[in-house]
Amino acid sequence: MSERIEIGIDQKVEGRDVIITRVDAAIDWMRKNSIWPMPMGLACCGIELMAAGASRFDIARFGAEVMRFSPRQSDLMIVAGTCVYKMAGVVKRVWDQMAEPKWCMAMGACASTGGMYRSYAVVQGVDQFMPVDVYISGCPPRPEAVLEGLMAIQRQIQQEPALKNMKREQRAASYAQPRGPIIIRGDYAPKVTAQ
Amino acid sequence: MPTAVGAGVSHILGVSLVEMENELQQFIAVGLLMLVAIGMAVGMLVLPTILGKKRIHSPVKDSPYECGMPSETEAHTRFSVKFYLVAMLFILFDIEVVFFLGWAAVYRQLLGEIGYRMLAGGAVFLLILEVGHIYCWKKGALDWTPKKVSHE
Repeated sequence: MSERIEIGIDQKVEGRDVIITRVDAAIDWMRKNSIWPMPMGLACCGIELMAAGASRFDIARFGAEVMRFSPRQSDLMIVAGTCVYKMAGVVKRVWDQMAEPKWCMAMGACASTGGMYRSYAVVQGVDQFMPVDVYISGCPPRPEAVLEGLMAIQRQIQQEPALKNMKREQRAASYAQPRGPIIIRGDYAPKVTAQ
Repeated sequence: MPTAVGAGVSHILGVSLVEMENELQQFIAVGLLMLVAIGMAVGMLVLPTILGKKRIHSPVKDSPYECGMPSETEAHTRFSVKFYLVAMLFILFDIEVVFFLGWAAVYRQLLGEIGYRMLAGGAVFLLILEVGHIYCWKKGALDWTPKKVSHE
């Protein structure tokens, strides 16, 4: 993966309190540190998402604490939980109503693949009807895994061409494609040793 | 006087604001504040037009947000004007009750002075009110729901 990160302390001008960068890198930097999530808490993963937002794990450290319950103001949809077919239309509609640029995170086994619900009622992964950028394994994932997924999306955002000149249709089509996909398999469960 | 203005700016950027005696020079700070404010506002408008991207529209995105459900009805529904009517009648009768308060406050005192005319004056006033009240009542203006509901 090519690193396009061109903002940070290594861009500091020697001997001065000045950091030089490019405009699109600066825009990406602002974007990635102000991700406003749309918490699509469909099932039990939503509880872990709440824990990720609460003080112990503190998603605010990554600038993503502003949970927006309106698609007009949110950048990242976190699908947390089992998506049944009846809810799929709702998820898709909310996703379609979110303004570009937007990213999607499938949190947990159910949102990623359907999980243990191999049944007629459950969508076998939300990527069947919308682009998913980051998949997080776990049933449910630990909040640390959510944070790792968020950091992966941040790295992804930092590499996006924010100023690339594209026609509106091209841009819409590019947002309909998943970036990545990034799969988070972090094992954050506390180790239990048998006595 | 351009020299004086220049001196004022140097004073603002420098140390001593107290030395400025000319009243006009004191407003240079306000002028600078306005310049900064206008500059920030214009900058916030100009920068997105240069750097930002045009919004991507779609029929779904432009439709109202109803928690992901298609909206069932229009947001601007028609509703009964009953509230307006009842509120207006309340104001009318409320003011009439205010007149009664003054009448009741001096009732005992004036009953000894002018006798039954005190009672008769109030009774006539009340009678006139009651005619209007009964008229409203008969018209159904006090009913919260209309008796005949006509669906067109």
